[in-house]
Amino acid sequence: MLWIDKYKPTSLDQMDYHKDISENLKNMILGGDFPHLLVYGPSGAGKKTRVMATLKEIYGANCLKVKIENKTFKHPSSSKSIQVTTVSSPYHIEINPGEAGSYDRLVIQSIIKDIAQSPPIDSQSFVVILNEVDKLSKDAQHALRRTMEKYANFCRLILCCDSTSKVIDPIRSRCMGIRVPAPTKEEIVKVLQNVAKKERFDLSAEVAGHFAERSNGNLRYALLLLESKKTKEYPFQTNELPLLDWESAIFNVANDMITEQSPARLQVIRGKLYELIGHCIPPDIIMKNLTFALLERIDTTIKYDIIHWAAFYEQNQYFTWKHSLPSLWQSLKSSKWNFNHNITST
Amino acid sequence: MSKSTNQNTPYRPVEPWVNKYRPKTVDEVSHQDEVVKALKRSLETGNLPHLLFYGPPGTGKTSTILAVAMDLFGPELYKDRVLELNASDERGIEVVRTKIKNFASFSVSQNNTLTNGKPAAAFKLIVLDEADSMTHDAQAALRRIIEYTSKTTRFCLLCNYITRIIEPLSSRCAKFRFKSLNDTAMIERLRYIASSESMPPVKDEVYQAIHAVSDGDLRKAITYLQSSYRFYGSRELTPDNIYNISGTVPPKLIETLINTCKSNSYDKLQSNLQQLVTKGYPASQILVQIFDQVTNHKSFSDKQKALIAMKIGDVDRNLVDGSEEFLQLFDTVSFIMKQLSDNSNNNNNNNNRMDLD
Ligand SMILES: Nc1ncnc2c1ncn2[C@@H]1O[C@H](COP(=O)(O)OP(=O)(O)OP(=O)(O)O)[C@@H](O)[C@H]1O
Ligand SMILES: [Mg+2]
Repeated sequence: MLWIDKYKPTSLDQMDYHKDISENLKNMILGGDFPHLLVYGPSGAGKKTRVMATLKEIYGANCLKVKIENKTFKHPSSSKSIQVTTVSSPYHIEINPGEAGSYDRLVIQSIIKDIAQSPPIDSQSFVVILNEVDKLSKDAQHALRRTMEKYANFCRLILCCDSTSKVIDPIRSRCMGIRVPAPTKEEIVKVLQNVAKKERFDLSAEVAGHFAERSNGNLRYALLLLESKKTKEYPFQTNELPLLDWESAIFNVANDMITEQSPARLQVIRGKLYELIGHCIPPDIIMKNLTFALLERIDTTIKYDIIHWAAFYEQNQYFTWKHSLPSLWQSLKSSKWNFNHNITST
Repeated sequence: MSKSTNQNTPYRPVEPWVNKYRPKTVDEVSHQDEVVKALKRSLETGNLPHLLFYGPPGTGKTSTILAVAMDLFGPELYKDRVLELNASDERGIEVVRTKIKNFASFSVSQNNTLTNGKPAAAFKLIVLDEADSMTHDAQAALRRIIEYTSKTTRFCLLCNYITRIIEPLSSRCAKFRFKSLNDTAMIERLRYIASSESMPPVKDEVYQAIHAVSDGDLRKAITYLQSSYRFYGSRELTPDNIYNISGTVPPKLIETLINTCKSNSYDKLQSNLQQLVTKGYPASQILVQIFDQVTNHKSFSDKQKALIAMKIGDVDRNLVDGSEEFLQLFDTVSFIMKQLSDNSNNNNNNNNRMDLD
């Protein structure tokens, strides 16, 4: 069992940080009111863990005994059927609507209408957890509006996402928002050291600090990194952690861009970018890290341009290489720096 | 470690206040006086034009039409006479041609009397809630049905954006705009609910804070009131509690960010922004608040404000389209920084300054 699972807190009292949120969630449960929730915050900040701990507070340990099923949904008018994985207990069901692609509305509505038809035992309320609601189609989001009002009495929704920017206003106005900030560096160090103690190995505050630094507030990442380094490189050196392969690859691309601007170099860079994408590094992450890498090394006078064009081309990343090629060569002729920006649009 | 709260008693959450305090009659609807007046006139005569309600979320559109329907048909005929379809129902062109058409074309008896002695209206009502999410094809199909069933059926369309309803359809309806609630109307309703729920006294500044963060959306306001009451238990509420519940960035932090824009250091800007983002504030929220502060800031010229506002508009659209949030925000704040430094490099910058403080 991975450490992230082994040492996952299961109750609100066990949660190491954001004690105030836990305290307030308990208040809410005691008050007997439990509105629809919209839980948001950076990736790896512990949103899901906290949601499950909240359910346990309400329903007791039985809601942690989950079963995983593949459910099939029939499209009403075509013969198509859609497969989605559900995780459920007698008290809740959890899905990633993203799995259903453009049929997300259909899947969510069938699940909720099913619950409406056979209301849960003891007429308790039933919880539906939807993950990554920011990726939900607008269609599916609109469909939730009246549903959230009509079925509010026996079906509570918990919506989870990294950021609410893409959640439509009428949905936000129907939920209570719970913001889960990323843990601070000190909080991550504390969690890592606790795990080390339970696993019986030495982890100085300094070394733990390096892990925390690298994780950028993502506790899941910090724990995974610690576990893999523990198996490979224990006892730890006290110097800073080396970059991961993909991180140094992006660093190299930045170097290539700065040292030479020519069609030949463009070919080289193109190859490296394809390799990164081939390793499933998402384009937006590539673009963001590349920007940071460039900013570290260039003159202040052109920093603004770099940031601006990075944002511009990331936004247009759906253009294919073919689309951007003509504009690439064009800008290549017009200016040295434009050339660089365009490379990033592959 | 405390034990779990309700191991044995089944957990039944109380009805949300937004549902509990949904207006039951048109008279109870706050702040939409013109609409209410016009509707009451048609209710007295028992006749009703086709209706189109539009306006921002949580201003009473759904509540009003449900109350109107109840008044027209009473609980006894409601089920037979009212067809309510919303965005969660299948509403493609097929459904318009079959389900809606069938319901619209059967005739109704002319002389039913309700238990309260009033004669029931001699028509049916089809409510299309969230109509702006219907496709244009489906709307076009609807247009003909409205025409040849108008003897027996009234339609009511509800939407946020009237521009999403095709013109031939909207021109067949009496249009009513629902206004965002102003502070007086909103706070009055909140006070009414707070006292009905016997909440401990809530300070005026807390009500003001709720109004400030809920954009005239009464549903949001009621949800904030209920959530903060439950979330913070019996402690006395403060405006900060409200900001927290609503996901508003504390104004101080935005101020710091804007001040960093004056530093001309991209490193500082990057780390300052990073701090804000790791706290979990969504980019859209940060953006709105930057906009508010910049437009009220004395150290920006009118021209700068205009340029920044345009930039924010673009970025806002990019965010909705799904762009990487950090880069978009970084672009925005660097743009602001550039505006400020361009200005200080400008020798006759005093001529550009328009602040009249
Ligand atoms: N004008 C109002 N007077 C009294 N209560 C209101 C009013 N507007 C909204 N509310 C409260 O907000 C809740 C939601 O209102 P309603 O469903 O009518 O909004 P809507 O205009 O249909 O919003 P949406 O565009 O999101 O569908 C109601 O249950 C009620 O508690
Ligand atoms: Mg509505």
